[in-house]
Amino acid sequence: MLSFSDISKFIDSWLRDIFNPTWTMVIEMMIAGVCVIGLFAVLGLVLVLMERKVAAWIQIRLGPNRVGPKGMLQSLADTVKLLVKEGMTPDGADKFLFNFAPFIAMMVAMLLMAPIAFAKDFQLWDMNIGVLYFSAISSIMVISILMAGWASNNKYSLMGAMRSGAQIVSYELSAGLSILAIVVLSGSLNLNDIILSQADGWWIFKGHIPVIISFIIFIIAVTAETNRAPFDLAEAESELTAGFHTEYSGMKFALFFLAEYINVFIVCAIGATLFLGGWMPFHIGHWDAFNHVMDYIPSSVWFFGKTFFLIFLIMWFRWTFPRLRIDQLLNLEWRFLLPISMFNILLVTLMAILGWHF
Amino acid sequence: MFIIKYIKEVFSGLKSLAVGLRRTLYYFTHHKEIITEQYPDNRETLKLSDRFKGEVVMLHDENNEHACTGCTACELACPNATIKIITQFDITPEGKKKKALDKFVYHLELCTMCNLCIVACPTDAIKMAQTFEHSVYDRSELTKILNKPGSHIRAGVE
Repeated sequence: MLSFSDISKFIDSWLRDIFNPTWTMVIEMMIAGVCVIGLFAVLGLVLVLMERKVAAWIQIRLGPNRVGPKGMLQSLADTVKLLVKEGMTPDGADKFLFNFAPFIAMMVAMLLMAPIAFAKDFQLWDMNIGVLYFSAISSIMVISILMAGWASNNKYSLMGAMRSGAQIVSYELSAGLSILAIVVLSGSLNLNDIILSQADGWWIFKGHIPVIISFIIFIIAVTAETNRAPFDLAEAESELTAGFHTEYSGMKFALFFLAEYINVFIVCAIGATLFLGGWMPFHIGHWDAFNHVMDYIPSSVWFFGKTFFLIFLIMWFRWTFPRLRIDQLLNLEWRFLLPISMFNILLVTLMAILGWHF
Repeated sequence: MFIIKYIKEVFSGLKSLAVGLRRTLYYFTHHKEIITEQYPDNRETLKLSDRFKGEVVMLHDENNEHACTGCTACELACPNATIKIITQFDITPEGKKKKALDKFVYHLELCTMCNLCIVACPTDAIKMAQTFEHSVYDRSELTKILNKPGSHIRAGVE
């Protein structure tokens, strides 16, 4: 069966026949870059459309249904509109930082793509500290938001950025602790090793209640980290107009918008990798016949299926829950999520030491 | 014990979130409940709710007769001077003078569809219609005369 790893191996061997190793490396890097940018564009279009459709159905509406068959081309049309709009820079803004901030947001999103295993043996960078890399890079996101808020020279933008700073810094803790639960159980920071450790069952099934608790905390924390409702205080349309991207227009705004959706995809991909086994098919213990049937479904389908399930979960939250106030938000983190995840990590450690998981 | 209160708080919070999620999942999976009307496409089959109020109309029967006595109860009931009743005096067969309706002037541009005139009318001469495509090119077209030309009050309506 044709898989992503076969295609990449074929391209690699074909390039090696024509060029010397250095040029092969350069060309492969360029191909990877183009693929990532292409994936960004496709994801942006698909996720925006998906969000609008999910929102509409949850609110008993129809959603976009005019442009193209069943409204499929709506997000494409929106993108074209944003591309032809003027990207204004306000007079009082810090010009350099103002224009630089959207690119940092995109760069962070791009860097986060590196450790994700999209399919079996198909990964941009198989590094041995994948989880640490993810938590480290994802906290750079706050810099782009603070930069955008500060450079806009607008009180609403600055307030949005400051809130976002407080929010991301505090939710980083519980996100990190819930990721740590899986690291403790699998004994590795390498995302590939973590996936392989789930060959006989995903951690969410093998790890009993503690892992389910850390999964819930992870989902809540990453929703907050990606600044999505019910934690979208950084934007807060009703109070701060649009928060940190009030002053942005045209493609610079679109980059922030795109970065938000790419980040949602990435955190869901990491969540799927850690808790739901990444590209690992659904296996039950020693039922060999069942496991073989599951193996026939390609690994990329498993990965994208799980990721989109988590994305749907986050969208579902967005259109169900009302936005929290800033004090409620920080209360939730410091009074509930952090103590619970600290207690939980002790429980998981105990479980890992005594071998209580399957 | 504060720890029991804390745990209770967590669980009641999670439960209320689950209730909300269940409701939205129900709507997400039940597309038949969608209430959006595809308006310009389904103009012929459009069904409006019974309570929808579009404009005030006067009922006329096949003999071009209406039930308005010109009592001006609707004009008095109207909170923003939408209705203006112009009366005249008819001569009855007995030779007496009788007050009757000449023109029922209705300013659609002022009307808030509050339904008070319909409630005030003692003879049910007017009612709310369900039309809603009221856009016109000149605002004077919105001032309407509701009684049809040549119409009379129905016999027996006092």
